[in-house]
Amino acid sequence: MQRVATWRRKGLGRLFLWGLAALAAYVLIRNLVTNPTLFFQQVINGLQLGFVYALISLGYTMVYGIVRLINFAHGDIFMVGAFVSFYAISRFQLNQVPAQIVGGLSSNISAFLGTILVIILSMLTCSALATTVERVAYKPLRNAPRIAALITAIGVSFFLEYFAALEFVFTSDYINYQRPFPVQVWDIRGVKISNIMLIIVVTAIIFLVILQQIVRRTKIGKAMRATSYDTPTARLMGINVDGVITFTFALGAALAGAGSVLYAIAYPQLIVFMGILPGLKAFVAAVLGGIGSIPGAFIGSLIMGQAEVLSAGYLSTTLRDAIAFTILILVLLVRPQGLFGEPEGEKV
Amino acid sequence: MLLEVQNLNVYYGAIHALQGVSFNVEEGEIIALIGANGAGKSTTLKTISGLIRPRSGNIVLRGDSITTLPAEEIVRRGVVQVPEGRKIFAPLTVQENLEMGAYSRRDPAEIRQSMERVFKSFPRLKERLSQYGGTLSGGEQQMLAIGRGLMARPRLLLLDEPSMGLAPILVEEIFSIIREINAQGVSILLVEQNALMALSVANRGYVLETGRIVLAGTADELLHNPLVIQAYLGGH
Repeated sequence: MQRVATWRRKGLGRLFLWGLAALAAYVLIRNLVTNPTLFFQQVINGLQLGFVYALISLGYTMVYGIVRLINFAHGDIFMVGAFVSFYAISRFQLNQVPAQIVGGLSSNISAFLGTILVIILSMLTCSALATTVERVAYKPLRNAPRIAALITAIGVSFFLEYFAALEFVFTSDYINYQRPFPVQVWDIRGVKISNIMLIIVVTAIIFLVILQQIVRRTKIGKAMRATSYDTPTARLMGINVDGVITFTFALGAALAGAGSVLYAIAYPQLIVFMGILPGLKAFVAAVLGGIGSIPGAFIGSLIMGQAEVLSAGYLSTTLRDAIAFTILILVLLVRPQGLFGEPEGEKV
Repeated sequence: MLLEVQNLNVYYGAIHALQGVSFNVEEGEIIALIGANGAGKSTTLKTISGLIRPRSGNIVLRGDSITTLPAEEIVRRGVVQVPEGRKIFAPLTVQENLEMGAYSRRDPAEIRQSMERVFKSFPRLKERLSQYGGTLSGGEQQMLAIGRGLMARPRLLLLDEPSMGLAPILVEEIFSIIREINAQGVSILLVEQNALMALSVANRGYVLETGRIVLAGTADELLHNPLVIQAYLGGH
């Protein structure tokens, strides 16, 4: 009897999911047919968002892979990166420095180099901040129950937000972001593509390739993979696990820092709470891809970007944020290990 | 004296896992540490490697205490453990596993040399170089685990149950390789449940029972000791 009941429940659940998928497919296809220009515009917008999420979610997934900690402060590190780039541009005109050093540099090239400078500055700041947080808040809890570290991460997140909101730090108000370069928009058969979109995609891809090379080829990257798979054995190899952990935090934060500048350029309004939602969504993307998996985080982020933009466009803009968590619930119900993850406990 | 373990006491919470364990390893020796499941053999090795901190006692390597050093520093000083159950990094290739073994070393030319030496002992690893560690058979994984340990250029190799789960013919092979490694000047501390095999390659042995050393002697003495025959060699 009970078996039949479970079977029926599972069957109903599956039916519901397929129904949901069919509905989504129907909505998308109908809109693709009725207004292909708008549809492609949405896809482009989703791509832009997805690549930013990818840069954030890699930090979540790498840190989780090594210390099994969901670093909820990651989104706030992202916020700090955005503010640092704001001050670098608006107060110190860092984006114009190349033109001042080399006279006669064309303004385009100068803005390009200046933007790179700003991104590098944000990356360095985020790395420094994340390694400090790791040293101060997480390292003393290395052998504590996991829940203690998790709660600490939430605490750090609040601390960063409200500390940044103080008047002598950043500000508690919304501020308008000044882009380091002017926006250009090209119209390709009605689909608008901006230089911002191209820069985001290209920069994100460059960083992803660099990250992949670091993890695959370098000594520290291999040590990261070894530590992530089996920490005690990694220590037996003479790997300085604390060093690997610090490096992982720094690497993840650097990517978030780069992502934060791109995000601010695309959505030019800053507030100290700006890291919460992108952070949570990037976290969902990491779970969707299989937390701990780098390609998973990347694919998961692209899916999240599309899901968010398409549901905002075709269902309701208020669903924009809800969709992320709907996806989270569905993933946890259907495939808790995510797309590329291995089921927990498979390690012998 | 290469390694001296003095009066080691280790606790897991309230459980007194090692109760005043003392023994030593001379330069060039093979020492067997035998005992039943849960006697504290692996705990002893993990404590020497720095994975577990003893509550009291001392571990001395060539006159210097290594008791409180971090695990990676102990590896750098030439004490290298091949863990129980092989613990191959499954998502890393065979080559990467070997590279991890050499993690504490800098000179790429010397590392290459060590790798060639490992291939001489384990030609099969060379054929599997780009294969993932997780796809190897049990015997190949044990070879990789030992090879990976050798990549650190150990003075003292700690082997934890190298024969576990292997077919008899492979056990023979592994033990002949252990002898070979020892002949090249590496001292070995061998933890085994297969007491007969362990004592047949060892110079001396210690018998561990519920966290205490209850017997010590040359391998020959132990092989003929009625207590050992009764408890570990399946004798009558």
